[in-house]
Amino acid sequence: MSLNLKGIKIKVHDMSLRDGMHPKRHQITIDQMKSIAQGLDQAGCPLIEVTHGDGLGGASVNYGFPAATDEEYLRAVIPLMKQAKVSALLLPGIGTVDHLKMAADCGVTTIRVATHCTEADVSEQHIALGRKMGLDTVGFLMMAHMIEPEQLIEQALLMESYGANCIYLTDSAGYMLPDDVTARIALARQKLKPETEIGFHGHHNLSMGVANSIAAVAAGARRIDCACGGMGAGAGNTPMEVFVAVCNRMGIETGVDVFKISDVAEDLVTPIMDFPVRIDRNSLTLGYAGVYSSFLLFARRAEAKYGIPARELLLELGRQKMVGGQEDMIEDLALTLARERGLLKANAA
Amino acid sequence: MKKIKCAIIGPGNIGTDLLYKLKRSQVLEPVWMVGVDPTSEGLARAREHGLKTTDKGVDGMLEHVKADGVQIAFDATSAYVHKENSDKLNKLGVMMIDLTPAAIGPYCVPPINLKEHAGKREMNVNMVTCGGQATIPMVYAVSRVQKVKYAEIIATVASKSVGPGTRKNIDEFTRTTSGAVAKIGGADEGKAIIVINPAEPPMIMRDTIHCLTLDTPRQKEIEESVRDMVAEVQKYVPGYRLVNGPVFDGNRVTSFMQVEGLGDFLPKYAGNLDIMTASATRTAEMFAEEILAGRLTLEAA
Repeated sequence: MSLNLKGIKIKVHDMSLRDGMHPKRHQITIDQMKSIAQGLDQAGCPLIEVTHGDGLGGASVNYGFPAATDEEYLRAVIPLMKQAKVSALLLPGIGTVDHLKMAADCGVTTIRVATHCTEADVSEQHIALGRKMGLDTVGFLMMAHMIEPEQLIEQALLMESYGANCIYLTDSAGYMLPDDVTARIALARQKLKPETEIGFHGHHNLSMGVANSIAAVAAGARRIDCACGGMGAGAGNTPMEVFVAVCNRMGIETGVDVFKISDVAEDLVTPIMDFPVRIDRNSLTLGYAGVYSSFLLFARRAEAKYGIPARELLLELGRQKMVGGQEDMIEDLALTLARERGLLKANAA
Repeated sequence: MKKIKCAIIGPGNIGTDLLYKLKRSQVLEPVWMVGVDPTSEGLARAREHGLKTTDKGVDGMLEHVKADGVQIAFDATSAYVHKENSDKLNKLGVMMIDLTPAAIGPYCVPPINLKEHAGKREMNVNMVTCGGQATIPMVYAVSRVQKVKYAEIIATVASKSVGPGTRKNIDEFTRTTSGAVAKIGGADEGKAIIVINPAEPPMIMRDTIHCLTLDTPRQKEIEESVRDMVAEVQKYVPGYRLVNGPVFDGNRVTSFMQVEGLGDFLPKYAGNLDIMTASATRTAEMFAEEILAGRLTLEAA
């Protein structure tokens, strides 16, 4: 492969304290947040996301109540940062502009407004406000594998028109292969304004996190989401320490110290995991069938409670084209299947 | 039988669906459709159904209100113009049913508090949001049995059924709905989440209602209360269905609903819009019945 990316500067964005909240059922403690964030800061990671796994305002029965509020996490972490900046995620429909204002007041410099890849127009009020407040404002298109590159770019252009200075194409299901990434990022680079940055957020469900992120850089992306220790939903995000090592070998400049970041992964992130975040039969299914990565734990719990295999639930959710946020439909589906199979106690239905 | 004459403001999808529902009513008769665009298809359709129309907004109808005996108006425009519309019509003694998120009048969720509003002679009632109409009855079904500390609703709607107004201000949906979940649903605290799904063919509206009770849920009573409430809503939205639940898990009580529309003008999957027009119609009918029975006289306000 004669890919020459030498000298390209990119910004890596850590996800372990936001996407990593999913495998932790949002129970990362304030102290754990602080120590991991400080480790990331010292390793040279320039941008760290700190929010409930489902973004600001995600605290709910549906997605899980966190160990502390978004505000408590942000106020604990931000003052400790020497060089790193902190971002927050917001999903319109879950969080509101009030949450955005709170996060800005806590000192986040970046707000990322996420919608399903076909629904960019619900982000107008949040993106416009972020930009007006002078924040680094990112439009984040989730489940980007579900539509063709041309349709996806129409949505990206909408977010750009609302004021986003950076657009992310997000492989929420860890479904994409490098060619899928190349096609989408390259077209975005071609159609968006030259000053609009492009980002890629991968999941490692098919072990493609690093390869897809390199493909994204080659096609013009300059921001790459990674999670230290790979701690994220599903089989996790692109592991930052591995990605940084690969970038070093290729001459892509991240500014992150490979040994320091691998120490953070090994000494701080891995020890707090409740289970190994890895490719098992269920997270593999997410990537294989194109299902939202955060559904993983919900499907496991539904399996334990209703006796329907998680893999079967995930496949059916994929077939029904469920989108991010529909976690409630996992228990609903498990109940329906369990009833059909006579697995429910008479009074439970 | 005598019918109460009504005006519909806003000849879009909601206004047109409302027109179809009002035409079936035993006590309501739609006589005016108000728009702002002379080329509006909705106005043309209303004329075909024998309604008078104006493209000059509410002002275009004001001078005819008395002569045509309009007593109830439905506002299916936007929050921005609702107050003005309402003030002008209230002055002429026309009561207003507000389908916008403006919410200047009290929230009305028919099976919970419609009778109370009619009794109080409210001149403006607000229909909350689609998610609110679909879920608040189920919160109330639990809170009338025992104390609910927290209620949370997740409304998932087909992308095609979400109009540009809602999209431009989706926060208004979350804010209004969560407020009404607490206030009308009877929970100490409310939260609302909306998810938009673009699947083809479009999915039928789904709603999940989680209630956290203060004490251990009294299962039998809650199950009965939920069943009764579903039957109550089905009187005006026949496609309102309990798919699963109530599920009891510790202090959590969860009901999984589906809302299929009647398919009058809007497609059946858009149960979210149908439940708004159906609730608004139900509300107007209750007021009309009171007027016809001589128990209620609307006065200029």
